[in-house]
Amino acid sequence: MITVSSARKNYGDFLALDDVELEIPSGSLTALLGPSGSGKSTLLRAIAGLETLDAGVVCIAGVDVSREPPQRRGIGFVFQHYAAFRHMTVRDNVAFGLTIRRRPKAEVRRKVDELLEIVGLDGLQHRYPAQLSGGQRQRMALARALAVDPQVLLLDEPFGALDATVRADLRQWLRRLHDEVHVTTVLVTHDQQEALDVADRIAVLNKGRIEQVGDPVSLYERPANDFVMSFLGSVARLAGHLVRPHDIVLDRDLAVVQRDDARAPSSPGVVSAAIERVVRLGFEVRVELRANTGERFAAQITRAEADRQRFVAGETVHARATRPLDATDTDPSLAI
Amino acid sequence: MRTSRRATLTLRILALAYVVGLLAVPILVILYRTLEPGLGTYIDSIRTPAAIAALNLSLLIVAIVVPLNVVFGVVTALALARWRVPGRGLVQAIVDLPFAVSPIVVGVSLIMLWGTSGWFGGLEGSTGVKVIFGLPGMVIATIFVTLPFVVREVEPVLHEIGTEQEQAAATLGASHWQTFWRITLPAIRWGLTYGVVLTVARALGEFGAVIMVSSGFPGVSQTLTLLVHSRYIDDHNTYGAYAAATLLMGLAAATLLLMTVLDRKKGSR
Ligand SMILES: Nc1ncnc2c1ncn2[C@@H]1O[C@H](COP(=O)(O)OP(=O)(O)OP(=O)(O)O)[C@@H](O)[C@H]1O
Ligand SMILES: [Mg+2]
Repeated sequence: MITVSSARKNYGDFLALDDVELEIPSGSLTALLGPSGSGKSTLLRAIAGLETLDAGVVCIAGVDVSREPPQRRGIGFVFQHYAAFRHMTVRDNVAFGLTIRRRPKAEVRRKVDELLEIVGLDGLQHRYPAQLSGGQRQRMALARALAVDPQVLLLDEPFGALDATVRADLRQWLRRLHDEVHVTTVLVTHDQQEALDVADRIAVLNKGRIEQVGDPVSLYERPANDFVMSFLGSVARLAGHLVRPHDIVLDRDLAVVQRDDARAPSSPGVVSAAIERVVRLGFEVRVELRANTGERFAAQITRAEADRQRFVAGETVHARATRPLDATDTDPSLAI
Repeated sequence: MRTSRRATLTLRILALAYVVGLLAVPILVILYRTLEPGLGTYIDSIRTPAAIAALNLSLLIVAIVVPLNVVFGVVTALALARWRVPGRGLVQAIVDLPFAVSPIVVGVSLIMLWGTSGWFGGLEGSTGVKVIFGLPGMVIATIFVTLPFVVREVEPVLHEIGTEQEQAAATLGASHWQTFWRITLPAIRWGLTYGVVLTVARALGEFGAVIMVSSGFPGVSQTLTLLVHSRYIDDHNTYGAYAAATLLMGLAAATLLLMTVLDRKKGSR
């Protein structure tokens, strides 16, 4: 378990961390999510000891490590740009932490072979980092960090420098790895998709403050405030209520739109709106509308639904939010 | 805009003529003049007692100056690139000073400092260590003129490699010392090599600063470079000067070759 309390960090007169309180349970995979410049890296580096806090305490496994250097915090750290040791082979990179600890040669060899197999780099151990792809380099960096059996694994936008497909593959892979290895992991990302995809807990940061901490579903469905709501996914405003675009029913038949009331009893009223544009996005379809009050909003419907209704631009339909998201009626116990 | 074929050709010929005329021709002339009377004559000329003593003195100065400058240069480069030292700008300016000051001025100022009537002149009377007109003076003068080379070659490399590898090593448990030996030093190897080559070349070839603080006795306090000068000017021994100059060039070339080979070996390990 990692506990950060009253963490404060100033760069000059800029407040990068503002009284941050955070608990990361043992064995979890927690994402630190926030926009660029929100202090995610600063917080992660403070946990690692790569940055010193102006005030506050960092505990790892119940031990106050605030005054300890990174060497003595029992961490593994993975950098966005890999930080590969360029003059060493893959094998020597992964073995570095063990060599430093003067472990017996046979043990080092066995452990490195095992890790290279886990990260899928067996066969490449004699290459230099320059001869690897970005994804391979990052897996090498992960193996290197795991070699020293860290109590916590800290990842600073580990997939940020990779292209979208490789990124998606690697985060699935990371999730499976975590399920096998179970090391407490903190992942920094500014990509809400990535956080929702891999993490079992998400802490949302904004301007050096933690806005909300919780599991992905509760953050997505019961955001504590407007910032968390709009940062975790797009929102539409419909009849004065905020709603995720996929929680809007659209139909030409008013009765159909109203019929759902039993399923969503608190749902607000029906709005009639003119369709301005229909955009097909793979398996989903985005319908851009303009309500008769003049408000513009977008709804997301399934392709099957779109095929059934065959909406065209210019016609008028009825719309209703089935699961409004308004921050006011969220469970206050989730907010921090 | 495209340059025509003729213009490209003219430019190339001009550049080639520049290099050949200013660099290759003088070196080739010296080599030619040296080897013209035959290899035996050349070897005799560089085996006189004065020449052997000069060679030894030059190598001794290099052997003292290079390690000192490597340590000073790497520490200073680290300080400038990694640590937040107050007065960085001042340190930068001081490091570059030897580039700006004429070596002869360095010689004069050393005499003013260390000479018998200088600020530290009392040292000679109390300890018997002769700085000016002795080995220490020549070493200090050489250190002064070669000071910037290692710093100036290593510092940009340190900036370029950044701090992430060093931070990664720290998170993996490496102490500062281990990180330096295993991560930083291998990464700056090329810059350091080049700095050492430049230092050796300059230490062998330094004239202005060293002549001011050397007593200039053949066989005692003449470096190889001073020997070239005195053979030519004092003894009117033109051939002897050519021969000594060839030996100097050979030493510089050997240094370059040796460092390259050593680096190759380490790199292909
Ligand atoms: N060494 C520094 N000196 C001054 N300001 C800094 C320094 N490091 C970070 N900052 C500032 O602190 C704030 C938080 O930085 P941090 O790197 O933690 O952001 P981040 O959330 O990781 O952003 P990104 O997603 O862009 O990496 C930023 O506004 C940044 O400008
Ligand atoms: Mg960052």
